[in-house]
Amino acid sequence: MARPRARLLQGNEAISLGALAAGCNFFAGYPITPASEITEIMSRELPALGHPFIQMEDEIASLGACIGASLAGKKAMTATSGPGFSLMQENLGYAAIAEVPLVLVNVMRGGPSTGLPTNVAQGDVQQARWGTHGDHPAIVLCPATVGQCFELTVMAFNWAERFRTPVILLGDEVVAHMREKVALPAPEEVEVIERRQPTVPPDWYVPYKTDGSLIPRLASLGQGYRYHVTGLVHDERGFPTRRPDEVEPFYARLFGKISRHFSDLELVRAFELDDAEVVFIAYGCTARAAQAAVRIGREKGLKLGMLQLLSLWPFPRRPVEEALTGRRMALVPELNMGQISREVKRVNNGRTQVLRHGKMDGNMITPDELLNRLREVK
Amino acid sequence: MNQKESPSLGRVEVRLAGSGGQGLLLAGLVLAEAAGLHDGREVAMVQSYGPEARGGASKAEVIISDAAIDYPLCSRVDLFLALTQEAADAYSWDLKPGAWTLVDSDLVKHPPTSRALRLPFTAVAREKLKKPMVANVVALGALAEVTGVVSRRGLEKALLARVPPGTEPLNKKALSLGARMAREYLGQDASQPQPEAHSEDI
Repeated sequence: MARPRARLLQGNEAISLGALAAGCNFFAGYPITPASEITEIMSRELPALGHPFIQMEDEIASLGACIGASLAGKKAMTATSGPGFSLMQENLGYAAIAEVPLVLVNVMRGGPSTGLPTNVAQGDVQQARWGTHGDHPAIVLCPATVGQCFELTVMAFNWAERFRTPVILLGDEVVAHMREKVALPAPEEVEVIERRQPTVPPDWYVPYKTDGSLIPRLASLGQGYRYHVTGLVHDERGFPTRRPDEVEPFYARLFGKISRHFSDLELVRAFELDDAEVVFIAYGCTARAAQAAVRIGREKGLKLGMLQLLSLWPFPRRPVEEALTGRRMALVPELNMGQISREVKRVNNGRTQVLRHGKMDGNMITPDELLNRLREVK
Repeated sequence: MNQKESPSLGRVEVRLAGSGGQGLLLAGLVLAEAAGLHDGREVAMVQSYGPEARGGASKAEVIISDAAIDYPLCSRVDLFLALTQEAADAYSWDLKPGAWTLVDSDLVKHPPTSRALRLPFTAVAREKLKKPMVANVVALGALAEVTGVVSRRGLEKALLARVPPGTEPLNKKALSLGARMAREYLGQDASQPQPEAHSEDI
């Protein structure tokens, strides 16, 4: 097969192209730095393909429109950054409880509030997990290269469809605005998963009754299947319930449909890990600095390695446990005050020494900074 | 000059800095596409700008490398272009000793190093081409000529693919004007750093 021609692409461009390759056919959003390019590209590409693009009045309505479109059978996406992500939290919970597949891209910038609009940060990691109220499962993916922006966006759509859940792609300003040379796969090489539809006739249809998969077959609205969609906890027919014998199985199924697939959802990339004495556990743009530190450190004879987290939630517990076992030390660099190092410490369970390396000055962590830190803590 | 097989470079960190509106992001994009798509190198480019729409310090950083690029930003700059004094002051603190440094001789009165190549990019664009807006392209031409980090042919191809239709002759002229300026400057002053003088021994 002919190798596709390499192009110089920005992270945000790769996210948009990934969405289109995955079959995205609805976008509603409100432009915001540093995610605006995604909205801009989708506003150009979707109408050209005959699909709707809507610039909404705000981010609350943006996610609301995506939920409606998705229930009508569209593969919907929105893209935002910190302040918009905060506004979307309410509807994100609605999508989780009503089991609406959609993709939400949040390109992290300095926060809270307006913060540092044009600077990089990784402060929304825990918000992506816990930002909406109530306990719920979450799937959050985090790219570090332009190529991964494409791949993980496709994956986000596939997982949203497969598990009937909102999936968050958590980018950051550096990765979103960075340009790299990439050769994207041809459209026919991209695996695309579509949500399952009911096979029973409309009269027999019970929307939230599931087979062994725990994942309901929600009919696309307008196909003749009637059902009730609500943000209240609901029974198999979709109507509100407070009965413990219905509420408890409801939550069990909501979590179970994700947690039984944990091993598929734990995405990591190991770099020079085999004989490493000190391991960096990093994600997003920070993984780039960590990998450079490993390269430079190894040139000086230091046995360094890195585990890059491509999925942040569910937290990739097993690969992290393996990466910690037998090491002298683990260092977790991140552009916040310790949102993932806290998780690493949680699963560490006394295996090794885990140190955080938080930075919040609007700039990237540098490889030198990491190597200097190692010298200090030796 | 034969550019078919690009000479080995290692990792070269390029920073193009100036004020918003001087076309440095476009210059960075053209440089990255030339090196990445035409010379066959690995490239990464990042840009940095403030919240203002125009003005303010702006910079583009391009990493050109023979190997896959891990860290996509500059940490020890090998090649620095500054088109304003503010940018020359703000973004020169992490230059590698002996780094190639090019400044606009009219707009940067105090270059960060005495070894900087001072060339009147903007004045030449204004006087010879009647278009001060192509100062960025003149500077690219000079930069390629002095450093050899990117092939002239690749640069020209990448440039012509990026500029608005109808401006190709102007941009081509600006590129060769920049290259000629640099050649003449180097010819008259042999004490300036040459591409060979640059090494990884720092």
